[in-house]
Amino acid sequence: MADDLPAHMRPERSFQGLILTLQRFWAEQGCVILQPYDMEVGAGTFHPATTLRALGPKPWNAAYVQPSRRPKDGRYGENPNRLQHYYQYQVILKPSPPDLQDLYLKSLAAIGIDSGLHDIRFVEDDWESPTLGAWGLGWECWCDGMEVSQFTYFQQVAGFECAPVAGELTYGLERLAMYVQGVENVYDLNFNGRDGADKVTYGDVFLQAEQEYSRHNFEHSDTVMLFEQFKMAEAACRTYLDAGWEKSAGENKKHLMALPAYDQAIKASHVFNLLDARGVISVTERQSYILRVRELAKACGGAWLATAGGGTT
Amino acid sequence: MPDLLLEFFSEEIPARMQARAAEDLRKMVTDRLVAAGLTYEGAKAFATPRRLALAVQGVPVRQSDVKDERKGPKVGAPEQAIAGFLRAAGLTSIDQAKVQADKKGDFYVASIEKPGRPTIEVIAEIVPEVAKAFPWPKAMRWGAASAQPGSLNWVRPLHSIVAMFGPETEEPEIVKFDVGGVTAGDTTYGHRFMAPAAIKVKRLDDYMAKLDKAKVVVDAARRQQMILADAKNLAFAQGFELVEDEGLLAEVAGLVEWPVVLMGSFDEAFLAIPDEVIRATIRNNQKCFVVRNPKTGKLANRFILTANIEASDDGKAIVAGNERVIRARLSDAKFFYETDLKTKLEDRLPKFEQIVFHEKLGTQGDRIVRIETLAAELASSVGADVEKAQRAARLAKADLLTEVVGEFPEVQGLMGRYYALAQGEDKSVAAAIEDHYKPLGPGDRVPSDPVSIAVALADKADILAGFWAIQEKPTGSKDPYALRRAALGIIRLVLDNGLRVSLSHPLAAAASQHLLILSDPDYQTREPNARELAAWERQKSHYSEFEKLDPKKALDEVDRLSLVGVDIVADLLLFFADRLKVQLREQGARHDLVDAVFALEGQDDLLLIVRRVEALGKFLDTDDGKNLLAGTKRAANILRIEERKDNKSYTGAPDSSLLGQGEEKQLAAAIDTAKIEASAAVAKEDFATAMTAMAKLRPHVDAFFDKVTVNVDDKALRENRLKLLNEIREATRAVADFSKIEG
Repeated sequence: MADDLPAHMRPERSFQGLILTLQRFWAEQGCVILQPYDMEVGAGTFHPATTLRALGPKPWNAAYVQPSRRPKDGRYGENPNRLQHYYQYQVILKPSPPDLQDLYLKSLAAIGIDSGLHDIRFVEDDWESPTLGAWGLGWECWCDGMEVSQFTYFQQVAGFECAPVAGELTYGLERLAMYVQGVENVYDLNFNGRDGADKVTYGDVFLQAEQEYSRHNFEHSDTVMLFEQFKMAEAACRTYLDAGWEKSAGENKKHLMALPAYDQAIKASHVFNLLDARGVISVTERQSYILRVRELAKACGGAWLATAGGGTT
Repeated sequence: MPDLLLEFFSEEIPARMQARAAEDLRKMVTDRLVAAGLTYEGAKAFATPRRLALAVQGVPVRQSDVKDERKGPKVGAPEQAIAGFLRAAGLTSIDQAKVQADKKGDFYVASIEKPGRPTIEVIAEIVPEVAKAFPWPKAMRWGAASAQPGSLNWVRPLHSIVAMFGPETEEPEIVKFDVGGVTAGDTTYGHRFMAPAAIKVKRLDDYMAKLDKAKVVVDAARRQQMILADAKNLAFAQGFELVEDEGLLAEVAGLVEWPVVLMGSFDEAFLAIPDEVIRATIRNNQKCFVVRNPKTGKLANRFILTANIEASDDGKAIVAGNERVIRARLSDAKFFYETDLKTKLEDRLPKFEQIVFHEKLGTQGDRIVRIETLAAELASSVGADVEKAQRAARLAKADLLTEVVGEFPEVQGLMGRYYALAQGEDKSVAAAIEDHYKPLGPGDRVPSDPVSIAVALADKADILAGFWAIQEKPTGSKDPYALRRAALGIIRLVLDNGLRVSLSHPLAAAASQHLLILSDPDYQTREPNARELAAWERQKSHYSEFEKLDPKKALDEVDRLSLVGVDIVADLLLFFADRLKVQLREQGARHDLVDAVFALEGQDDLLLIVRRVEALGKFLDTDDGKNLLAGTKRAANILRIEERKDNKSYTGAPDSSLLGQGEEKQLAAAIDTAKIEASAAVAKEDFATAMTAMAKLRPHVDAFFDKVTVNVDDKALRENRLKLLNEIREATRAVADFSKIEG
């Protein structure tokens, strides 16, 4: 597939080429290609297309890029590998197809990783998200000793058993691109695949942002406001959840506002991450904040299961 | 006789679970075969990242027939009873039953022949049972089937099953069953990348051979041998020596089906990082081995990786890729190390005030203060410089907050030593920071520097007394805070260093610190500096309250804390006695001798206890010892019987005027001498001499039992002789409580 492409679109030549190749690959597998969720999240898993759609009986196959924010990982643009904002490529297939590992390996082949030349391995790595009340079993996928993806069979999300189980693939796009482009520093990645004056690097696009957000995340974020925002998001989430339950029905009550409520849970989670980066949350408090977000996520999961998307008719 | 071949082929099984899973499979299948009356000649299980296999040799073709007789009702019994009997015995007519007679008359007997079933049918039932009950440490559901409850749980998605049964000379048959939607057959698959095609297999030998051709080494032990041999050769060829690592070897062998060992290198500049950190980085994150220069013993800038494929470029890309990752990892490690060096260890201490050690036992900061106080208090008794011990204790935990230890917990202590040396601490202070955790296991080194000993003892005494004070002692297999290990650590520190310390001292000191805190309800809310002051004020107020209280109550109040402390120490000493018994038993000593010594009053000097146990052991190996023990036991037995009979105890000194017979008189005199001599020797800690003094009792005890009758009619005489027997028992207590000794 890659051979049909003009040079600047090839996955090993440009960051965007890598993304587009994955988009095409998974589109061909029948996935819905979504756009990133328009809120700040810590990982692609937070996207309702994964968290919520993983719940309930309905089949669901989707893929998307998700900008992910980890305020604590900011390094003022000085670390060649660590970023407070990076891209994940997320694939969710429910139920997990029997050939999921093969599909994954084919996707690697599509972006130029030849399994006859490289050492690809599935190394145990069980996934757990305390804030989402979620866990699954799977692996980190290694290519020549480097972790390039996370591969998980979701067992539980938002405290609910997944029935059926969804398979989740998460590609760390910058790392993967660095590998296929043979680049040591993330900021040196060729973003658009052009040469000379037309070349745009990852640094051209994101270096300034990394510097500015690092200052923000570690030094200047308004913690008074953030503490307030956390409370507000938490309260709003509860309010929307309460308001969303259908009034009339008896046994099989439906929920009519699971998605807006879940947005507030996402919001609370990100605000917590910002506060955590500022170091204003003590070790003991930390645990209780995580628990509070988890309670929101669980309640949203429960609400989702009472919607059409969650399988309630 | 036929063999069984079984294989579960799945997605990648975690390396750490493979060996156990193979063993579980073997045991579960063979146990069930035996329970079904099917013996077997041998069984061997295998595991690779993608398969669990089992071969059982020499299983009979079918179960033996079982004959059984079933007794029925009397001849002429009601029709209903007869019908029930026919149903139960599987007969169609009563004519099929025999008639037998017994005392009560004639009755029916059905002989039931239960024919043995073909083994293949039994296996077809056993294997799905095993699969469903398989004890994976963590199992999962997957795919469309997981929409319904009760779908199969396996470690990762299960793709196919091989189940073949049959004799060596014929075509084996497929055992027909189905597990979680997977039907057993004769097909497996080769290496994921190098030979992914389907392979038909019949029995173990061709299974192994065909898989070997398909680039799969089924036997984990063989994979380990291959990796180890190749790694050693590669290192040797370049003039290096492999740093062997059994745990890593086992793990790596569980990550590949076809090991291909390759060597890579990294920038020499990284060798500025401590070797242990380089090794931890490369081992934990990359599962690679490191090599050293055989002349210097220092690490070389090389590493050894184990790939799972024979790559088309002979591994060049694989090595290059691994080198990149290791470079990035070592850059991180170097950065962490250098960052750590910028902060002095003591500057990290304030943060410990916010880290909870245990909800009831306060913060890590509290714990450090306690260890510091304790180490200072213990220092002189172990010959350590007080200030150094205090300094080391103060800094001992500081490296827990460094970046390197955050990344690699296993180098805790060690990094503390590096950082301490870098900031110019005294050498024994630095060594104590590393060694205060030791000894961790039975094979671990026991520190010998007095400063290290003081801090190591303080660290362990604090944790033991703390958890005893809050009543969280280890129970059964539950010992989450490794308290047994802490006690054993103290035992080894004392014994290996020949330390003369009374155990009660550190334990009581540690316990009183905890009790002071636990008895202060406001402790947690007080500022750290105000805590000691508050404790002091409380103590003072106790004393000033004295006059107002009645004397007894005042005394009670003062003693309350220390009494709890005494209880804790007494109970801890029992715990130590148990640990010591385990320890000595492992060294071949008799546990009953430890009991016999611990039963004496005030035994809290481990070294003396061990010496006494040794002397006692030697003594009991001699004829004198054996006979004296027998004599003492005999005396004790007679006493026990007579005391029970008379419902009184015969204690107190015998009346010398009533000693009539020569043997009596001689025994009494010998007991007096032995008591005096043994006590004197014990006071000088000369247990061998004490035992020799005891040995002198033996002929007199023997002669007494030979010639003197205890149970005579003369009541006064009888009582006196019983008291003399009691004296034997008492005299031997100078060296041990003989009643605890077996035999």
